[in-house]
Amino acid sequence: MMELLQTIEQAGQGLLGPFWGPLWTLVKIVVIVAPIMGGVAYLTLAERKILGYMQDRVGPNRVGYWGLLQPIADGVKLLMKEIIIPTGANKFLFVAAPVLALVPALVAWAVVPFADGMILANVNAGLLYILAMTSLGVYGIIIAGWASNSKYAFLGAIRSAAQIVSYELAMGFALVCVLLAAQSMSLVDIVKGQQHGYGLLGWYFIPLFPMFVVYFIAGVAETNRAPFDLAEDESVIVAGFHTEYSGMGFALFFLAEYANMILISALTSVFFLGGWLNPFEGWPVLGAMTAWVPGLFWMLAKMSVFLFIFLWFRATFPRYRYDQLMRLGWKVFIPLTLVWVVVVAAWMQTPLWFW
Amino acid sequence: MAKISSFFKSFLLLELLKGMAVTGKHFFAHKVTVQYPDEKTPQSFRFRGLHAQRRYPNGEERCIACKLCEAVCPALAIKIEVAEREDGSRRTTQYDIDLTKCIFCGFCEESCPVDAIVETRVFEYHGEKRGDLYYTKPMLLAVGDKHEAQIAKDRAADAKYR
Repeated sequence: MMELLQTIEQAGQGLLGPFWGPLWTLVKIVVIVAPIMGGVAYLTLAERKILGYMQDRVGPNRVGYWGLLQPIADGVKLLMKEIIIPTGANKFLFVAAPVLALVPALVAWAVVPFADGMILANVNAGLLYILAMTSLGVYGIIIAGWASNSKYAFLGAIRSAAQIVSYELAMGFALVCVLLAAQSMSLVDIVKGQQHGYGLLGWYFIPLFPMFVVYFIAGVAETNRAPFDLAEDESVIVAGFHTEYSGMGFALFFLAEYANMILISALTSVFFLGGWLNPFEGWPVLGAMTAWVPGLFWMLAKMSVFLFIFLWFRATFPRYRYDQLMRLGWKVFIPLTLVWVVVVAAWMQTPLWFW
Repeated sequence: MAKISSFFKSFLLLELLKGMAVTGKHFFAHKVTVQYPDEKTPQSFRFRGLHAQRRYPNGEERCIACKLCEAVCPALAIKIEVAEREDGSRRTTQYDIDLTKCIFCGFCEESCPVDAIVETRVFEYHGEKRGDLYYTKPMLLAVGDKHEAQIAKDRAADAKYR
């Protein structure tokens, strides 16, 4: 496989010279983005199925076997719908906003390692890049809310902005703990820092367990998912920031939301569950039995678990009230993470630090 | 002490985990969905669906135009006109039920002294134009002729409770 890639690279270099580099990168981008888009489509089906199952229903099962063609039917429906731009809207921003929401969700994947060496750009400050990109996503929402010239959209946008700013802090502090433990900002080094030869016991979720929980919950809030979906809050403000959107614009917001969900799942796996590492590595029997499994499989398995938990949350919890949301962010998560940063820093100075 | 324990309970997310355990259990529970066009829920023999007019086994229509159904109908959905037939019997010349007005209370069926107007188990019917759900006498008789076997069986099953 590696040799094949190398021959392709060399042939391309010979054929196209300086134009080969960008072209090859483009190919890699397509190889990453296409499965993500497919994953998003089928995540919508998984969501409806899992929500249905948890409510003692069976979910969509009419389109294709077991409802497997449902996402395609939905996609076609949304594509064919008329795009309505409200008269009072700022046309340019109204059209640009869905794109601004989707692009950061996809761009952040550049530094996510899928397996050993399977990464688009091994940036040494990957963690900062991730924080920057996931924060940019909120601009799409704010611009959408403002450009719609509708009070509901605007309220949704304001809520979203305040919420994301609040939870970004807790998220950042949780990542500071990871950063302390790994002593690196590169996502590849963070994963490798969890490789100690004793499998899942070496992963950061053990010493950083509270941060693991905080990071994932903040991630749920960050993606505007239930129970933190106050930005769309259909029982109060119609549909929040995408009230005025229809057809493909609406679909792009959903693509962004689900792409963000997958991203948060991937990041949680990388930061706390050892990314592509085998959980049984170095264990007596299981370690040898699972040694052949590729890293990509473990990465995808860990992501699936988190995605399932995302949907599980949605099926279980009622939506937060806005003051409760703010209380949780500012009065619980931020103090907790601040304390844990100090605890981890101190702990690392003792001989009891095994990670 | 209670304060401390409640603090730890909320801090360790115990209640949330309990909630997730409930939904998690339901994830594996038996699904109660009825796959409608393929499966149907069982119906009572007292099911009140589309109306029908019945006939006697010799083909004579049962209705004697007593107008009790018209009088009892709370939605004023029934319209009856009466005339004497050549053989001297009292018969309806017009018997219409506006199904868009009907509330399917079953009073017409209860009031009928000769079991002429009945409500069948049919509930899968529709109209495509405004007037399609205005059922006239021939239409009601046709419904009755079509479902007579089922109607007779249901009346027999219900007879002992009347």
